[in-house]
Amino acid sequence: MAEFGFQSVTNGSIIGLTSDLQHKAWKGSMSKKLLRISGVNKSFPGVKALSEMQLDLGHNEVLALVGENGAGKSTLMKLLSGIYVPDSGTFEIDGEQVVINGTKHAQELGISIIHQEFNLMQDLTVAQNIYIGREPRIGGMFLSEHALNRKARLLFEKINIDLDPKARVGDLTVAKQQMVEIAKALSYKSRILIMDEPTAALNDAEVATLHELIRNFTNEETGVIYISHRMDELKAISNRISVIRDGEYIDTVDTAATTMREVINLMVGREISGNQRPETHVPSDEVVLKVTGLATRDFLRDINFDLHKGEILGFAGLMGAGRTEIARAIVGADRISAGSIELNGKPVTISNPAVAAAMGLGYLSEDRKHLGLLLERDVKDNIALSSLKMFSRMGVINDKAMKSTATTYIDMLRIKTPSSTQIAKNLSGGNQQKIVIAKWLVKDCDILIFDEPTRGIDVGAKEEIYALLNDLVAQGKSIIMISSELPEVLRLSHRIAVMSEGRLTGFLSNVEANQENIMELATRNIESAVLAPLPPSSAQRAPKQESTAN
Amino acid sequence: MTLTKEDAQSARIASNKKSELNTRIRASFQQLLAFASLLALVLFFSVASSNFLQAANLSNILLSTVVTGLLALGTTFVIITGGIDLSIGTGMTLCSVMTAYFMTQLGLPMILGVIGGVLFGALIGCTNGFFVAVLKIPSFIATLAMMMVAAGLALVISGTKPIYTNEVEGFQSIFALGKSIPGLVIPNAVFILFAAAIVAGVVLSKTVLGRYTYSIGSNMQATALSGVNVTKWTVMIYTFAGAFTGLAGVIAAARLNSAQPAGGMGLELQAIAAVVIGGTSLAGGKGSIIGTVIGALIMSVLTNGLSIMSIPQEWQQVAVGVVIILAVYLDMVRRKKTTQ
Repeated sequence: MAEFGFQSVTNGSIIGLTSDLQHKAWKGSMSKKLLRISGVNKSFPGVKALSEMQLDLGHNEVLALVGENGAGKSTLMKLLSGIYVPDSGTFEIDGEQVVINGTKHAQELGISIIHQEFNLMQDLTVAQNIYIGREPRIGGMFLSEHALNRKARLLFEKINIDLDPKARVGDLTVAKQQMVEIAKALSYKSRILIMDEPTAALNDAEVATLHELIRNFTNEETGVIYISHRMDELKAISNRISVIRDGEYIDTVDTAATTMREVINLMVGREISGNQRPETHVPSDEVVLKVTGLATRDFLRDINFDLHKGEILGFAGLMGAGRTEIARAIVGADRISAGSIELNGKPVTISNPAVAAAMGLGYLSEDRKHLGLLLERDVKDNIALSSLKMFSRMGVINDKAMKSTATTYIDMLRIKTPSSTQIAKNLSGGNQQKIVIAKWLVKDCDILIFDEPTRGIDVGAKEEIYALLNDLVAQGKSIIMISSELPEVLRLSHRIAVMSEGRLTGFLSNVEANQENIMELATRNIESAVLAPLPPSSAQRAPKQESTAN
Repeated sequence: MTLTKEDAQSARIASNKKSELNTRIRASFQQLLAFASLLALVLFFSVASSNFLQAANLSNILLSTVVTGLLALGTTFVIITGGIDLSIGTGMTLCSVMTAYFMTQLGLPMILGVIGGVLFGALIGCTNGFFVAVLKIPSFIATLAMMMVAAGLALVISGTKPIYTNEVEGFQSIFALGKSIPGLVIPNAVFILFAAAIVAGVVLSKTVLGRYTYSIGSNMQATALSGVNVTKWTVMIYTFAGAFTGLAGVIAAARLNSAQPAGGMGLELQAIAAVVIGGTSLAGGKGSIIGTVIGALIMSVLTNGLSIMSIPQEWQQVAVGVVIILAVYLDMVRRKKTTQ
């Protein structure tokens, strides 16, 4: 597939991307590895997290580390950053055995880790964040803000990052915050940089910039361990790929000599079906949701679409195109300024998500952890949360009924949990997502809006979610699926709606859609979108001229 | 090629400058808003009553700000770390008692008594810090317990009777006497409050301790992962904050020329209210000393002004409550606007 052929202009700043920068050659023949891990074991009460784990990272190498959620990646990272102490096993840097004593010692050894959840102080500035704990001082106690900012500025020049040292981190975009994390890691004169899902929240141009930084960082003295679920990225950035599964080391393959299919098979330990489109199940003609002329005050314009019974309608578009905003507007989380919504042929007014849920319209947020789950509560509480009325009489909750319903859905969706009373936080991302789905199924929602249903979920669990979505529509539910992963959209959707800058720029049927024509619609600017004819297969009207009130 | 590079560079500098300016404007706007509310209150009461803008009354307002103001200064640090300190009210009382005890029972010289009182406050803070940072007891509970312990100890040490300090030479002048600017006598205590505010302000914005105060409140885990000894610094922040409780205790004793062992309960809430009105977030990470000073002044201007307008005391409390809600709500609305 096309790698990163997108414009490199983001946020008004020009990122110095030069096309001729070559992938630095990996030297596999170095006698002493930069980092070698062997025979590492780590157990927690009741769980063996790592068993005889091994891994080696060469000089000037980007090593991709992949494994399903729960495979042991984060445990391994915590061992390397000195947060955990291994039960047994050895760590060697340049052939010398080391014992990592706490986070500070890890940094001194040249190991820096960029965690998936950023470790930044939102209320401090960029420079203050980077040099926290190492701030330039006057007389031991007083801070020199001037020296601090100058130091940061020199660092940014050296590693070629565009950041304002004095900007408050909380005001930055996620991509810029990522840059702060990286700058911080590099400021430690790190030799081994470990990145956990660094691109989870980045758009393609930002990913390209990040990869550029990584290539600039790697040299004869350094190496990178790159953890990601995005298979196409591994192909673009890594030299080798190490696969771990269930706490054990499986295999390492040369990226150039492997296929992504092979890597996925190693990860999940079984064959996975490829990119087929939905099987013969055909949605009915019955329109369950009709959106006409929908607009919000400052962003969405003239949104028109129909959702059919038994259909998966995919929403594609670049980040910030307005897909989540449509979902939020429909379920009443954001106010709409114009347009109407019909459910099963009847016009409805949806003032908030509770009303939407009562009408059988469920929204599964992209931010599962913050907006979809009570992480500290158990599985059954989460599943029953939206329909407590069903499980209570005069305000008193019937725990038994809740438990048995929860158990039914645990079996039905194959949620991997020891029991219905397990705390949601302790489950993997895929299983957490299934809990959220179960919650809306209990509520008996006929229309489900999935926003990034597989974000942060490993490949095996993704397959299960896909199968689940297909089952749901086969049972007559209707689904709107918002996803940033094109293969996912292509594979699941009966039809695909593409958005750009707050408008729908076109619809594609699953027969005609491919990555190229979706991207073409997603990058189309508004003027041409209004003028250009829609693809012939689209069942929708041509967009009307601006008809919205502010 | 070089041209575009330079263009990019200058565009980058320009955009940096712009965002820097924005941050500055926003920060000063926040303080401006609190200050404007203070001025509006002063203006309102001046118009409402001719007695308000008298030198003697202004001096009164400043005097009544001193004790809660000092408590608020210390607790600003604790609140910015994301914690809360409920022990400052009775802690202050205990420090009063200890100061008087040092000077009368132990017969220490005045200056040692004062230093002893301040250090005792730091000790209370240090103990709170130990509970919070080392034993990991939530600050609300740890300082709630300390509030009760301090109230009890103050009664035990004093034998439930006031300790008079009449015989300690010069002690009362800490509070009362002062320099007179033509037409306006400013008592020493007010100078002490402002000196303390300057020290607190410098420590919060210019020192390592202040930086870690913000950092811990903003993201404790991230601070720890960055190699900062969060436990040590939390204890130090609470200790530093406690010294202000001690100082408040000394001033309270000097004001009455005696240590009154039964009071103090409830002052902590007034101090916290002043901090919150001053724009410090109870969620941690945000706040300023100038805000706290203005917040404390707003509280005393309000109480004083309402008294002058002969509004009964019970209604004054209602008014203060309303002001707290207003101040915090307006602050939230403003924050929402600036982030959009």
